[in-house]
Amino acid sequence: MMANTDFHLQFQEFEDESNAMGSKSQETTINIEKHISKPQKQRRVAGVTLPEEENDPLETDDKTKLLSGQKERAPFWTFEYYQAFFDVETHQVKDRIIGSVLPWPGKNFVRVYIRNNPDLYGPFWICATLVFAIGISGNMSSFFVHHGQPQYKYVPDFRKVTMAATAIYSYAWLVPLVLWGFLAWRNNKVTNIVTYSFLEIVCVYGYSLAIYVPAVVLWIIPSEGLRWCSIVVALCLSGSVLVLTFWPAVRDDRPRIFIAITFTIVALHVLLAVGCKAYFFSTYDTTNTIKVVEPVEVNKTLSAIKAH
Amino acid sequence: VGAADFAGLSDVSIAEDIPVEGDITVPLSSHGVDDEVSTLDEPVKDTILRDLRAVGQKFVHVMYPKESSALLRDWDLWGPLLLCVSLALMLQGSAADNQNDSGPQFAEVFVIIWFGSIIITLNSKLLGGTISFFQSLCVLGYCILPLTVAMLVCRLVLLGSAGSVSFIIRLVVVTASFCWSTFASTAFLADSQPPNRKALVVYPVFLFYFVIGWMILTFSPSH
Repeated sequence: MMANTDFHLQFQEFEDESNAMGSKSQETTINIEKHISKPQKQRRVAGVTLPEEENDPLETDDKTKLLSGQKERAPFWTFEYYQAFFDVETHQVKDRIIGSVLPWPGKNFVRVYIRNNPDLYGPFWICATLVFAIGISGNMSSFFVHHGQPQYKYVPDFRKVTMAATAIYSYAWLVPLVLWGFLAWRNNKVTNIVTYSFLEIVCVYGYSLAIYVPAVVLWIIPSEGLRWCSIVVALCLSGSVLVLTFWPAVRDDRPRIFIAITFTIVALHVLLAVGCKAYFFSTYDTTNTIKVVEPVEVNKTLSAIKAH
Repeated sequence: VGAADFAGLSDVSIAEDIPVEGDITVPLSSHGVDDEVSTLDEPVKDTILRDLRAVGQKFVHVMYPKESSALLRDWDLWGPLLLCVSLALMLQGSAADNQNDSGPQFAEVFVIIWFGSIIITLNSKLLGGTISFFQSLCVLGYCILPLTVAMLVCRLVLLGSAGSVSFIIRLVVVTASFCWSTFASTAFLADSQPPNRKALVVYPVFLFYFVIGWMILTFSPSH
């Protein structure tokens, strides 16, 4: 009896302590939950024996739903709601960026790297970096091309930065919206087992743009061969990651649908890359030829006058 | 008036129907009274000089970024406003005489600096930083000081010549001041961030000062 009451008393003390700590106790409980879920996550990432995972996606989805249920979502008008989307650490962001450029047939980017913790940090800042990289590289490339010509006055062009920002941010946010809506609609008709949330799709698209940053920096060098080479490499890598990510979501559908979706994803990706290159980096072609043609014509007219 | 009147006064009981009036005030501490009187009555020159001295002291803290809490504890936004306005004025492109001129206008630079600072502050708060909104704005604004000094130097160099020698000088000056700005702001902001996310918070600051440094480096005065 005494032992029971002692135990009861000890239990009471523990409760009192935790109540006394107030908000701190909530922090500690959340940490404990995170510790519990962490080994699960590590087990999944480490044992990338994907045949197992692909065989029981139902179980995966159940577990991920449970894991997501543990996260308390604050109402959307509070700051904490948005803080949940920035719950990443430096090494996680680094891993996600590296994972977005290495398409591995078994690995699904969302399953392996995002693991029910989509973040908005990566998409937002990768898009911002890309916008400024395009603006700066475009200016630098036109500077290098026009370097010798006295008529050219170097001026940083701000309209281009605004255009680039609009194009890239709408690609990174509107296309996932459309794709998510389409997948949700198909999910009603055909029972797909693998579904992605809107934020996960935004994450995939955002991180897939990361390969373009070094490609855009390479575009400073005014060599057409190098530019096309870097575009093709970047397109292949990130396009294949995108296709591999969305393949499980559409493969159970009718062949026409999944071919259409795959084709659209790839086509939009190509359009963005080629469009950026054409708009920001090839203005030198037209102005260069005009400037070259003029002196030649002047020489011709001069020689014609002299001949007479 | 006689002794009888005074004897009646010794009866202290107060009848209930007599209204009791009075004034219950807490005597103001003389310190507070003096403060209100002094800041209202002091000459304007004193008020302005006191604020300017606070701003100047923070400038010194930025130029020699050691572990000081003056920037964080007594934050103010006068310094950032001064720096932002002077930088935007110096970076302003010429009037729209020629069509080729599309350099940054005053409004563009102003918006970039303030909008960028706000976004970086939001980013650091979303990642779990413990610094307050205005403290972070204050730090980011004050750390533009090295870049403003670099802009001044660039303008002076451009007055002399505009060849490649001046370009190299400007490149060195702008690179040095960009590194200084990033290092100074990191020194002030680093402690308030959670340990695993420091790089995530520092990278936007790096991008922000890089873009401003780029605008300074590519500035070319109208001929």
